Amino acid sequence: MDYEYEVLIIGAGLSGLAAGIRLAHFGRRVCILEKQVRAGGLNSWYPFQGRILDVGLHAVTNYVPRSVKSAPLARILRQLRLSHDDLRLCPQRISRIIFPEKELSFTNDFQLLVQEIADKFPSQVDGFLKLTNSLADYAELSSPGREMVSARKVLKQFLSDPLLIEMLLCPIMFYGNCREDDMDFVQFSILFRSIFTEGFARPKLGMRQLIQLLVDKYQESGGELRYGCQVHKLIINQGRVAEVHLANGRIMQAKVIISTVGLPETRSLCSFWPAEAKEPKPGEIAFVESILMLDCLPSQSLGFETTILFYNDTERFVYRKPNGLIDSLSGVICCPNNYQEDEQMSTEGLVRLTHLANFDLWSRLDQDEYRRQKEHCLRESVEKAERFIRGLGRHIVACDTFTPRTIQRFTARQKGAVYGTPDKLPDGRTEIKNLYVCGTDQGLVGIVGALLSGITVANRWVLYGA
Amino acid sequence: MTQEEIKASILDIISEIVPDEDTSQLDPDLRIRDQINLDSMDFLDIIMELRKRYKVEVPEEDYPKLATLNSCVAYLEPLLKDK
Repeated sequence: MDYEYEVLIIGAGLSGLAAGIRLAHFGRRVCILEKQVRAGGLNSWYPFQGRILDVGLHAVTNYVPRSVKSAPLARILRQLRLSHDDLRLCPQRISRIIFPEKELSFTNDFQLLVQEIADKFPSQVDGFLKLTNSLADYAELSSPGREMVSARKVLKQFLSDPLLIEMLLCPIMFYGNCREDDMDFVQFSILFRSIFTEGFARPKLGMRQLIQLLVDKYQESGGELRYGCQVHKLIINQGRVAEVHLANGRIMQAKVIISTVGLPETRSLCSFWPAEAKEPKPGEIAFVESILMLDCLPSQSLGFETTILFYNDTERFVYRKPNGLIDSLSGVICCPNNYQEDEQMSTEGLVRLTHLANFDLWSRLDQDEYRRQKEHCLRESVEKAERFIRGLGRHIVACDTFTPRTIQRFTARQKGAVYGTPDKLPDGRTEIKNLYVCGTDQGLVGIVGALLSGITVANRWVLYGA
Repeated sequence: MTQEEIKASILDIISEIVPDEDTSQLDPDLRIRDQINLDSMDFLDIIMELRKRYKVEVPEEDYPKLATLNSCVAYLEPLLKDK
């Protein structure tokens, strides 16, 4: 059969664009269908009162300098035919993990964290180094039929101080764990590497610059991108996607369909799901985030030089869907001005406050109550953050808050679960023969993870000719 | 294509994949992957670039024949003589 396109990709987020660049580069007829008017998906940007604000991005993790060629960042750049300079990455200054009794700092130099642990947890440093040497690799992520291994259990084998375990889990869980309370050890390993061994950076001009770079690369390579094009249904016939029905009534066909919208979300697009295939459940981990715009730069006027601060006010770090709308006992404070070089260009301060949130409770509120609760939640967040950034509240000139409900509305991600379902599909294959998923629900998170997932699915199931 | 053209083309493909590597110093009789950073994904990209540019299909069992620059030239010469 002669198809108009060989491959249709649902969603122009980072994984969809990466898959698209690979396919277009090698001359495949490919089209990306994006329901929004701009690309990016979970990591995107939006105009707000004359400014451009990022969504999602606190940091590009996996940051390594150009000279480190075997790292995931370098590998994806080679695969996408991009150079390190194209990304214009500005590394972080310093990040901190603050618990009631102790505090740990880390930078993009792993040795600083080792030194911090040696100073603050002298009895644990040997175990910590052994743990570092036994971390799993990306390759193990995609081994089929792999059982989940509890990260908490593995950590206990190396570390005897529960406080250190909680402190290490805090940033790792916040930046990519889709499960409540515990996480998969392979996932832990990948995030440990991306956050601690490697590190944080930010594209100089934020997400818009990065997305534009990828869209340009994709289109220059011959790929087609359609905005405002929502997929309504995937018609399954004899175990294959036979037709892609769009919300505008058009019907498309392709040899291969790659969906980046998430596994439960993809499942709900399908007209039929094989009885033997598992019904994927949406994840429960969702967040609320307030973006504060300030009349000053936090490092110059407020004495706050931290790039990202992870705090937790209880003895044990509780990472689960909260009983209330949000859980402000823990949180992440990200200050984009505190990436290197930012202050030469920014005149306005920016602070982002993030907490765990309960989608179900947010979704039940009527419009007035929703607005009131957003304001209430903003006040609560700012109050918590003022311990670390004195005087923060007095310098706010504008702010915007988004909830799991906002995420669901804009990305179609069910329950606003940004890290997806715990029912991951590591190699991207579904029970439908010509349907693959890539992105978060392959188990790869973060910007580099998303790009890598798009690349591996395009390679393995289309380009390498499986 | 002549041997020299084939060699230039392979170097061009490698430079496109790993723009930061200096390919001018490659010893043509040593394994390419021992001299510059190319992982297995990059190596497969060389094969795919050959297919894209010259419609040359290299079956998997012949991959070892592409280990050095000189062995690449020897292997590709008959396949590219009319291109």
